[in-house]
Amino acid sequence: MTRLLLSYTLASATLAALTVAPLAAQQKTVTVYSSRSHYGAESVFDDFTRQTGIKVVFFNGNNNEVFERLKAEGARTPADLLLTVDAGNLWNAAREGLLAPVASKVLEANVPPQYRDADGRWFGIALRARTIAYSTARVKPGEVPTYKSLGDPRWKGRLCLRSSTNIYNQSLIAALIAGRGEARVEQMVRAWVANQPVYVNGDTGLLQAIAAGQCDVGISNTYYLGRLLEKDPAFPVALAWADQQGSGVHVNVSGGGVTTHAKHRAEAIALLEFLTAPAAQATLAGRSHEYPVNPAVAPLPMLGGWGTFKADQGGVAAAGAYQAAAVKLADRAGYR
Amino acid sequence: MSVRWPPAAGRGLLLAAAATAALAVLAPLVALAIAFADARGEVWTHLGATILPEAIRNTALLAGLVGLGSGVLGVALAWLVATRTFPLSRVFDWALLLPLAAPAYVVGFVFVALLEFAGPVQHAMREALGPGARLPDVRSLWGVAFVMTLVLYPYVYLLARGAFAQLDASQMEAARSLGLSRTAAFRRVALPAARPAIAAGCALAMMEALADFGTVSVFGVRTLTEAIYRVWFGMFDRVAATQLASVLLLVTFALLAVERWSRGRARVSQAHGRPVAAIYPPLRGWRAGLACLACALVLGLAFVLPLGVLVVWAFSSGDAWAPSRDLPLVANTLRLATVAAALTVAGALVFAYARRVDGRRLARAASAVARLGYSVPGPVLAVGALVCFAGVDRMVLPHLPAGVAAWLPPLLTGSLVGLLAAYFARFAALALLPVEAGLGRLGPELDEAARTLGASPARLAARIHAPLLRGSLAAAFLLVLVDVMKEMPVTLLLRPLGTDTLAVAVWQRTTEGLWEAAAVPSLTIVAAGLVPVALVHRLGEAWREQSRRRAA
Repeated sequence: MTRLLLSYTLASATLAALTVAPLAAQQKTVTVYSSRSHYGAESVFDDFTRQTGIKVVFFNGNNNEVFERLKAEGARTPADLLLTVDAGNLWNAAREGLLAPVASKVLEANVPPQYRDADGRWFGIALRARTIAYSTARVKPGEVPTYKSLGDPRWKGRLCLRSSTNIYNQSLIAALIAGRGEARVEQMVRAWVANQPVYVNGDTGLLQAIAAGQCDVGISNTYYLGRLLEKDPAFPVALAWADQQGSGVHVNVSGGGVTTHAKHRAEAIALLEFLTAPAAQATLAGRSHEYPVNPAVAPLPMLGGWGTFKADQGGVAAAGAYQAAAVKLADRAGYR
Repeated sequence: MSVRWPPAAGRGLLLAAAATAALAVLAPLVALAIAFADARGEVWTHLGATILPEAIRNTALLAGLVGLGSGVLGVALAWLVATRTFPLSRVFDWALLLPLAAPAYVVGFVFVALLEFAGPVQHAMREALGPGARLPDVRSLWGVAFVMTLVLYPYVYLLARGAFAQLDASQMEAARSLGLSRTAAFRRVALPAARPAIAAGCALAMMEALADFGTVSVFGVRTLTEAIYRVWFGMFDRVAATQLASVLLLVTFALLAVERWSRGRARVSQAHGRPVAAIYPPLRGWRAGLACLACALVLGLAFVLPLGVLVVWAFSSGDAWAPSRDLPLVANTLRLATVAAALTVAGALVFAYARRVDGRRLARAASAVARLGYSVPGPVLAVGALVCFAGVDRMVLPHLPAGVAAWLPPLLTGSLVGLLAAYFARFAALALLPVEAGLGRLGPELDEAARTLGASPARLAARIHAPLLRGSLAAAFLLVLVDVMKEMPVTLLLRPLGTDTLAVAVWQRTTEGLWEAAAVPSLTIVAAGLVPVALVHRLGEAWREQSRRRAA
């Protein structure tokens, strides 16, 4: 009896599993390979469908895995648009020929030149700044003016860092190398390591460690603090805009590009234009606490309250070009 | 040891099947190994001077600690539950398997979140004992070894429990009557008989520890796997990354060789008389209490505590169970896991029988190759499979008639067949080790007796071997089923468009650090895993009851 039941279950399961259901697309669709997930702003895609009638089909994965899959699929890829959370990945995808140039006046108007590819292969849709976070209880504003100052001996035992395996830190170091050269950046990172930093999981973990008193200063993306402050306006951590007298705060983009073998190119361009237009920018940035990339859109009041900052004008593409060097530098300096 | 079956055609077929299945496991690895043509001296020099020594040291220590810990814990618990009765012992019998259902990275994160500086435990300590009160840093090698031991001991427990259940009381009685103490009898009779199963379980636990990336990254421990990831995705250097992965494979080779050796050459025949528990009196008094407490402690730490924390998070995150969104995920997860488990166990049988029937090099090599996939880190195997599938698709599809090729989705890349093939490559060892341990317990005299009575090979396998192998097959099926449900990197990379699983849902939330929000899908994975655990236990009970009745 059990045997019969088991074999029946097995047979039907096999049948169900191996049934190939061809996608009979009555509706227009655009397929997006995305490493953005759960930023809280996913409703913009529903808005897009409502406005244009084009359905958005997602394939989510890590930056790297999405890239490898896109590359392996080649000309047979169903992907029309690649969305990432980091410019370095876009740079790499463009370099590998996975993204096709797009000439669109709308996109060029919506996205400032330093936040898009010079050849139009990718465009930023949201900005994030990676700057210094400090405890409001134990640190005075102005005590940590630069990334380099984190290496001051006074922060020994009081510094928290996220692992250098994380893409955001790699991009930060890469952008710094692009601006100042490897030797100076290596010195800086060595100074950070000499302060015996506490390594934490994630920027949220870092901010919570500062709040709990495990350390006093660290580096974090702006939107993580935004989310924490929204939940608890009295959260005892604040941001200091780094290098305002120097080259400015490191800025990264989350962005997208149309794939070379896109089957629905027009729809993909329409989606990008929609995402960078003022209406969607307000929702996108509003829900995810990122900064809008469209200069015509103001950031959330809370973010506005942090003041304007001078951003590094080096262009986000530099992060990709120097990423490998950044990882090797981190290894040499002992930044784990 | 081989049993010659007269039909050479049958033997040949079996060997061919084994060779093909071994190729399926090897293909993704070969796709990566082609990288070796490209020397990467500069990267290796850099790695050797910076992160490699630490990575190798940590990897070796982790594997050793986890192997030792899960071995000792698994065997001790299995023996306790197999031979003694004490309050709740019948419950613990199957309950001690429950940690299998929880993904290691989830349990790891729960412990880190609980015990880190900003977490509730240390917060309470600081409130009670002043700001200076601290615990040692949980994000360390000892931390991750502890958590992985808790999560992986069920591998050893499951297999050892099965082996101890097969022991005959008369063997132990003979030992005792010859003057051996209880401990000595255990050491010299029970342990050697269960050695293949224990070695298999420990090897599985160690291989899982070697290949793990999620848990070690939560604990911030630098292992070889982390180095591979860093080189691959940080330095954009897939070639060097696969060269590093080959170091890992070498370690696994060594590990499996040791496991094969420690399986020993002893053959203990199955005598289905009284179970060994019959000769041990039930525990009473403080001893019973202690046994109960020990089991409860292990289960509490490994399962109840993480589950409780997940439930609390599920409520506080406000993320509710939405049937329209979540049921398809559960359906996909269960479907994929069941088919993959069935496929893998079938493959394991092919490998095991090929070795049994024809002990020559080909069969042995096929069996050895089949195990490799398990110790390759998930992301590495996934990309290897992807590259391999893409290559096959590129070669095959242009030759199909134009109309067919346009309509057919990619054969392997991003298809269900491809995903299942990747699962097979990844988890073949998980099914193979228990099946081989079980088959190894069946001595040649069984086959010879059946042959003299005129049974064909098929009848021999179906009527003699199958009932005796049921426990091993069930264990193998369960292990693969639960592991596929928890599996993340291969699923994330190779799944067909629109086929999301629960593990993907967990990833979507944890990638942005929203661990509380990941509680609901994590709990669903655990709940889905409980069903096969309970099922396997009930079946095991039924079979043990059956064989007891037959023997009586």
